[in-house]
Order: sequence, then structure tokens, then C-alpha cells
Amino acid sequence: MQRTAEAVLIPVGALCAALLLFGVFMLLVGKDPLQVYALIYKGGFGSSFAWQSTLARAAPMTLTALCAAIPAQAGLVIIGAEGALLLGGLAAAAVGSSVAGAPLLVQVCMALAAMVVGGAWVMLAGALRHLRGVNETISSLLLNYIAIALFNHLVEGPLRDPASLNKPSTLPIGEVNMLGNFPGLDVHLGLAFGVVFCLLCWVLVRHTSVGFALRIVGGNVRAARLAGLPVGLLLLGACGLGGAAAGLAGMVEVAAVHGAANASLVAGYGYAGVLVSFIARHNPLAVLPVALLLGGIAASGGQLQRHLDLPDASVLVLQGIAFMTILAAESLRGKLRWFTPAEA
Amino acid sequence: MAVDAAQALGLWGVPLAVFGGAIRASTPFIFVSLGECLTEKSGRINLGLEGTLVMGAMGGYGVSYLTGNPWLGVLAAGLAGCLLGLLHGVVCSLPRVNDIAVGIGLMLLGTGVAFFLGKPFVQPRAPILPALHLGAWSSIAQVRAALEVNVLFVIGALLAVLLHWGFVNTRVGLVVRMVGDSADAARAMGYSVGRVRILSTAAGGFLAGVGGSFLSLYYPGSWNEGLSSGQGLMAVALVIFARWSPLRCFFAALLFGGMGALGPALQSVGVTSGYYLFNAAPYVLTLVIMAASCSPRRTLAGAPGELSVTR
Repeated sequence: MQRTAEAVLIPVGALCAALLLFGVFMLLVGKDPLQVYALIYKGGFGSSFAWQSTLARAAPMTLTALCAAIPAQAGLVIIGAEGALLLGGLAAAAVGSSVAGAPLLVQVCMALAAMVVGGAWVMLAGALRHLRGVNETISSLLLNYIAIALFNHLVEGPLRDPASLNKPSTLPIGEVNMLGNFPGLDVHLGLAFGVVFCLLCWVLVRHTSVGFALRIVGGNVRAARLAGLPVGLLLLGACGLGGAAAGLAGMVEVAAVHGAANASLVAGYGYAGVLVSFIARHNPLAVLPVALLLGGIAASGGQLQRHLDLPDASVLVLQGIAFMTILAAESLRGKLRWFTPAEA
Repeated sequence: MAVDAAQALGLWGVPLAVFGGAIRASTPFIFVSLGECLTEKSGRINLGLEGTLVMGAMGGYGVSYLTGNPWLGVLAAGLAGCLLGLLHGVVCSLPRVNDIAVGIGLMLLGTGVAFFLGKPFVQPRAPILPALHLGAWSSIAQVRAALEVNVLFVIGALLAVLLHWGFVNTRVGLVVRMVGDSADAARAMGYSVGRVRILSTAAGGFLAGVGGSFLSLYYPGSWNEGLSSGQGLMAVALVIFARWSPLRCFFAALLFGGMGALGPALQSVGVTSGYYLFNAAPYVLTLVIMAASCSPRRTLAGAPGELSVTR
């Protein structure tokens, strides 16, 4: 009980500290912090329109967060969600514009293609780690840059729709193949993908023997080897699953928002997902509320820009500050007397 | 005349442009990798130098615009980088804080603050750094362009030699290496591990900031949000490639700069397809080099013993 309270209160406290520091920053550049907070609330959660835009941003973030959270169970720090999202979205667009059939069939094909491509991409980092001992954080980050180059090459070259003049895009997947909205709401179905994927991953990690084995690998690789666990397979699987989630995020963005793959996909959801995963302490269930919160902050960027004339990078600043305070707060864990069980 | 020369050079223009590009584009690599090398020698890795680089580019350009003196801009860029390095060093000194994760956070924070504060400087033109015309003897325009060297490049080259000498021959260099190789030994000798690492990270941040100012104050020579293409990040891999030797860092930086110049050079002689793929060349090179030089069974030769990425 106290452990749970600690696990919740420390990140929440750190987020509050981040908001305070952001307020000080705003004060320094001559803006009223209270007005900024009010606008963040209003832009993220203040109206049904704000909620819709928050949820639309939270949907890809839940999926990209899993790309960091699942490998983290096995002790890997993977930040390759951005690349997996791009290539997954590209694969989805390529499949969606070329496969003919019932919309549901096309959508399933798109999702599968996106997950396979995204999963394979992140698996590269896992394989390099396992086979060659290459640090997975650096390799996944490099893979992001390679993915962006590959994405640009394909979108402006072989896969380009000749009709897209100013903004190179792939062929559109077609209106009928777009993911619809929840009945009666203006929120696209991609959110359901994220929620279901998070729940499944939570069950996998916490309530199956595979998840347990994964956490042993994360805790102590040598012990896992001695216990006869297939370490390489588990590492690759975790990376593949995480990459599949990020690829699916790309498919959601293509099939529910943009209708084709173009430069709009490069929106930083991959990096935001890493932040979400760290705040959620890599717990797939905690990813959901955290993604909602950060989605709200991202959604409020427009409000800040319109009403206070702040650059859109202010959201990036707040995210950066939040990341630092969350990490610094980790050192408080177990230090606060109130949380420590009496017998310890 | 220039056109004639270009035709006379023909395809030879490509290696020449790559050579010139190596000199021009390698300077940020030199500074960032030397900074990263210094930080890693003390046993800590700073993945956030990308943020530091962008911050330095913005700060350098802003101060140069406001004061009219590009060298003050370079100094300001270094100080901004120093502050970010200090932040990284202090946060990492807290117990149970992962230096890789802090680096990612710093990358977000540095680019965020730089984009935020740099908004007003996207339009105006700031005075930029002068070039040394080492190619003035030649009548061929491309040769002259390739031999236009910036003072910062020369300083970077000297710095690489100085750092190499310092690590081997000075007391400070020895202390930094000891802290990086065995924290226990350093503690036993009465040195504060935390303080040495914080100072090394701050000094490394200073160098990375200076490297960033080269981007905005010389080449490409303006400030915008797409200025850095991951040089700060590649520096981490570059230091591993150079096996933690400042001298090898310098040559590796030249190699990376040349790789980056390959795409535009080929484009200028008419090879336009695959332009984006050539842009990815440095990243692919880094990945291949890391895959070839790392091994799952042993730590890399020359790696500081306390470094988390190689353990």
C-alpha cells in the first residue's frame, strides 16, 4: 500500500515541481505563470473540444511509450520509437493504397504491415545489442535518423504520389479505408488500439511467465542465463513487441489523421513516448494516465501560441524540465521516512 | 572562368568537395567529440550533447547578433553549454540516477529552450566568423572553396593535441582518468569522484557549446530549428569509434564530416537520386563501426572502466 503510494506520489510530486520550474521560466521571459497554467488546463482539459484534441494526441503516445516500456522490462533503454513510427506509418500507407478489398480487411493489412515493419526495425537494435554488444540506446537513436532519411527518400522518390506537389506524400489510402470515430464522439478509434495494447502488455508483463522471465533478464542477465532462460529470444521479443506498438502508432496516425504518409508524421511522438514511459516507470498500465496528461500538455501548445504569443517549443521546454525532475526524483525513492515500512 | 574550371575538374570535383566538406563540416564534430571524450574519460556518458550543441548554436548566434561580435557569441555558446553540462553532472550525482536517461532529458530540454529563446533570431542576420583563405594561391574556384578554413577548426585541432598531451602528462588528466577507470581507487586517494565528474561534464559541455556556435556562426552560418542534424548524438558513437583518444577523435571527426559532404557533392555533379540516402551515410557508418568494434564478451580496448555503456 505504502509502496504504491510512493510509486504514485513521487512522480506526481516531480511533475508539480516541473510545473513550478516552468512557471519560474515563464516569469523570467515575462509571462504570467498563472495565466500559463490556466491556458494549459483550458487547452488540454477545459472543454470537450480540448479533450478530443488531447485524446487524439494521447493515442499515439500510449503506443510509442510501450516501445520504451516493454524493452525496459528486460533492462533495455530503447528510444527508437520515432523511427519505428515513421516506417510503420509508411508501410501502412503503402499497403493501404495498394490493397483492394473491404475496408476492414485493408485496415487489418495496414495494421499488420505497420507492426511487422516497426517491430523489425526496433529488433535491429535488440539484435545488435545481443549479438554484438552494441549499446541499444545509441543504436536505436541512430536508427531513428536512418529511418527519417529512408522515409524521406521513399516519400519523395519511389512512393511519391505525383499529384502531391507542395508537400510530397504517398498515395492516399482512400476515404473508405480511414479509421472512423467512436460512435457519438469525435475521437478516432486509434485510441482503442492504444488502450487495448497497454492492457495486453500489462497482463503479459505482470501476469504471465514470459513477462516474469523478461523481468528476470532485466534484473540480472547472468542469473537469467543460469536459470536457462532464452535471453536473446526474450530481448528480441521485447524489442519486437515494442517496435510493433510504435509501428501501430504510425498506422493510426496515417489511417485516422493524415490519410497518407508525409512529413506530418515527424511530430516527435516517438520521443514524447520515451518521456511517458519514464514517468510511468515503465508500467504499461500507468502509461495510460501519463499519456493523457502529456497529451493534454501537447494539445495546449496551440492555446499558448495564440493567447500569449509563446513559441510552440514551450511544450518541449516543459517536457524537458519534467523529464529532469522525474529522473532526479528517483533518488528520493526509499528515502522518505513516511513511505518506509515499519519493519524495514 | 569558374564554369570552365568546374568543367575542367569534372568528377574530380567530388573528392575535392568531400575534402573541403570534411574540413568545413568536421569542426562541430571535433569540438563535440572532444567534449564527450573528456566527459567519458571521467566515467560518465552525456547523451544530451545534442541539446547542448543546439543551445550553443542559438546562444552564439543570439549574442553575436546583439553585440555584433561573433567571438563573444562563441564564448556565450561555451558558457551556455557549460551550464547544461553542469546540470547533467549535478543531477547524475544524485543516487540512483541513470546518466543515459538524464542525457535524453537534457537533449529535450536543450533543444526546447534553444527553440524557445531562439525564435526571434531566425530572421535577422548576425555577424559571422571570418575564414582563413589558405587556398588563395589557386585559380580554381573549387580549390579555393575547399581550402577556406575557419579559425575554430585550427583551434579544435590544437585542442585535440593538447587534450591528448594533458591526459598523458598532467596531474589533472591523470585524476580524470583515474576517476573514470576506478571510482574506488580515486576515493581511496582522497579525490571526490562526484566533483571531478561534474567538472569534466561541465568542461565537456563548454566544448560542445563552442561546437554548436560553429554551426550558426560559420557553416551553415544562420540559426534555424533544423540546424543540427544529430552531430551531438553522433559524437557519442564517434568517441567509441575513436576508442577514447582525443587524437583519433580529430581524425574520426574529419571522416564523419567528409561523409556528410558526400550527398551534396554528388548532387552538384548531377547525381541527384538517393540524396536522402546519402544524408544517412554518417549514421549508417556509425552503426556499422559500432557493430564491428563492439563485442558482447569483452569491454572495448581503451574504454574507461566506470562507463555504463560499455559494461
